[in-house]
Amino acid sequence: MLRELVITDFKLRYQGSVLGYAWSLLKPLFLFAIMYVVFGVLVKLGSVEHYPVYLLFGIILWTFFAEATNQGLASIVGRGGVIRKVSFPKYIIVLSTTISALVNLMINLFIVFVFMFISGVQIQLSIIMLPLYLAEIYLIALGLAFLLSTLNVKYRDTSHIWEIIMQAAFYATPIIYPLTTVMDKSVVAAKILMMNPIAQAIQDARYSLITHQTITVSSLFNNEWYVLIPLGIAILLLVIGALYFKKNSKYFAENV
Amino acid sequence: MMKHYKEKAVIVKGVYKTFRLPHEQHSGIKQRIINVFKGIKGYETLKILNNISFEIEKGEFFGIVGRNGSGKSTLLKLLAEIYIPDTGLIKINGSLTPFIELGVGFNPELTGRENVFLNGALLGFSKTEMDLMFDQIVEFAELENFMDQKLKNYSSGMQVRLAFSIAIRANTPVLLVDEVLAVGDSEFQRKCYIEFRRMKEEGRTIIFVTHDMSAVEKFCDRVLVLKDGKIAGIYNPSKAAAIYQRMNISDDQPEDASIAIENWGTGDVVLDDVKIYEGNSKHDTDNIVSQGNDVSFDIKFINKNQPKDIVVGLAFKDIYGVNLSGPNSLKIKLNSSSNVIYKVPKLAFVPGVYTLTVAIFDKNAEIEYFHSEEAMKFNVINEGQEQYGKVNLFGQWNQS
Repeated sequence: MLRELVITDFKLRYQGSVLGYAWSLLKPLFLFAIMYVVFGVLVKLGSVEHYPVYLLFGIILWTFFAEATNQGLASIVGRGGVIRKVSFPKYIIVLSTTISALVNLMINLFIVFVFMFISGVQIQLSIIMLPLYLAEIYLIALGLAFLLSTLNVKYRDTSHIWEIIMQAAFYATPIIYPLTTVMDKSVVAAKILMMNPIAQAIQDARYSLITHQTITVSSLFNNEWYVLIPLGIAILLLVIGALYFKKNSKYFAENV
Repeated sequence: MMKHYKEKAVIVKGVYKTFRLPHEQHSGIKQRIINVFKGIKGYETLKILNNISFEIEKGEFFGIVGRNGSGKSTLLKLLAEIYIPDTGLIKINGSLTPFIELGVGFNPELTGRENVFLNGALLGFSKTEMDLMFDQIVEFAELENFMDQKLKNYSSGMQVRLAFSIAIRANTPVLLVDEVLAVGDSEFQRKCYIEFRRMKEEGRTIIFVTHDMSAVEKFCDRVLVLKDGKIAGIYNPSKAAAIYQRMNISDDQPEDASIAIENWGTGDVVLDDVKIYEGNSKHDTDNIVSQGNDVSFDIKFINKNQPKDIVVGLAFKDIYGVNLSGPNSLKIKLNSSSNVIYKVPKLAFVPGVYTLTVAIFDKNAEIEYFHSEEAMKFNVINEGQEQYGKVNLFGQWNQS
């Protein structure tokens, strides 16, 4: 059933558009192109080596996170018609939308690899840690999707609020700018930013795949145990989200 | 018949269900905050189901009837585990497939094939089960050449056929059927009936929710009648149909019980009332009469402008609108009278619901003074064996 829903989600996403699936590749690429022209060429934020790939990878991870939470948020209300007619485990709906975002991420990662090859980025041993960080981002997104989809059943304002939060979070996360830019102003601010589990995971993923120049939680605090704080927040989010969802999902059919 | 039911298929015990009805558009934070300040709860609770308890035997064809708003759909959704009861217990022995709606999750942008798999998945079938059933489904729906077309290019009849073909594949011991028969043409309904008969013969438990009393009388073993969220009783089908009919009449049209919607005519004469009596008595029958009895239809009218030589014409129609008999009073003169009685010896109609159309004309049938398409509804009952066709000829079987 999960399988069918993921397939359906995927088939429907670009239904009727000429380029079809290509859009899921083109969208982050265009965002990357814009960001690169503005921040890489005009403003010149790029003090990290392989900045274009570094930027692209960050954008692709963020796009995945945004897609999984946004679609997860709308998933329960969007499938209200089915929920009111058949009884089945509701978490499958949230799971299927986030998994279809995950499939998208996998396709996009392929582009990252192509760009890495073009820019001559050396693959390092640290790449073996990459799946862990991707899993972390996925689980944070899943936890939030559980939480938000439940909230959205009660308050339809949730989607608008989340849109604003995501916009702020995009700039609060070191995606387009290297963390050093913040550290130049205030190290404390940089440390606070890195307590955000998404920032931590994206930076660690970049460290493992693109360049060891990436500043991660461990290098910022000079202590690798500090990574447990954002990790703890991530796990907490997942647990709270899942429990809140579980408690309320019994009444989705009545309230959606 | 009761003896080969061994186990209970469904047990419902002391079930209550209330709903919160929001007063205003409540799904926003703003309203919620305003309500908190005003001290308004923002909703009122509505008791939908009130202490519902019943049991369904294995292999039983169990009907649930009730007027709109009586809690039928809520009960059904509780049985299907879509809603959960406030208190009380619902136990289903074995798995249950709900057909609350045909084609759940059908998406117009997907092909027929993709929709079959999606719908199957939602009904709880695995991919391998669906692979095995796919050909049968397509064959039954007679849509072999359309499976790779998008559903939006299907006619509505084709969609219903496809949905129904998937639904009847469900092999669960308990089936929940809600008004499925209300859609589709008569050919489709016939197909549904054949499938129900087959399922019944296979000994599966079927819970059937409907407004169609003729279907109830055709299939059901026992019928639960719901009224305002409470169980009015569990009866045999013909009794239930009669009670349901009485509920409809008494609740719907408290005063003008027999004179209903579609009336037209010059108005020189108007219909006042129609009553049905059984035998020679003048007792009100509540519009429920027994097959085989002598029945009189007493048509009362008000001759406002005193036209001469009026003729009363009747049409007895079944629920499909088929005119079964159309007598008229041409042979007698109706001048100063205010009523006419049509006496039927040994009422032959098979059990079911019938409507009576009354028309009042001049003697040449040129001017229609009054016409009521549905002057009244009445119910024919017979607590005997199942009957087929439209009328009972009361013939005798003899060996020569």
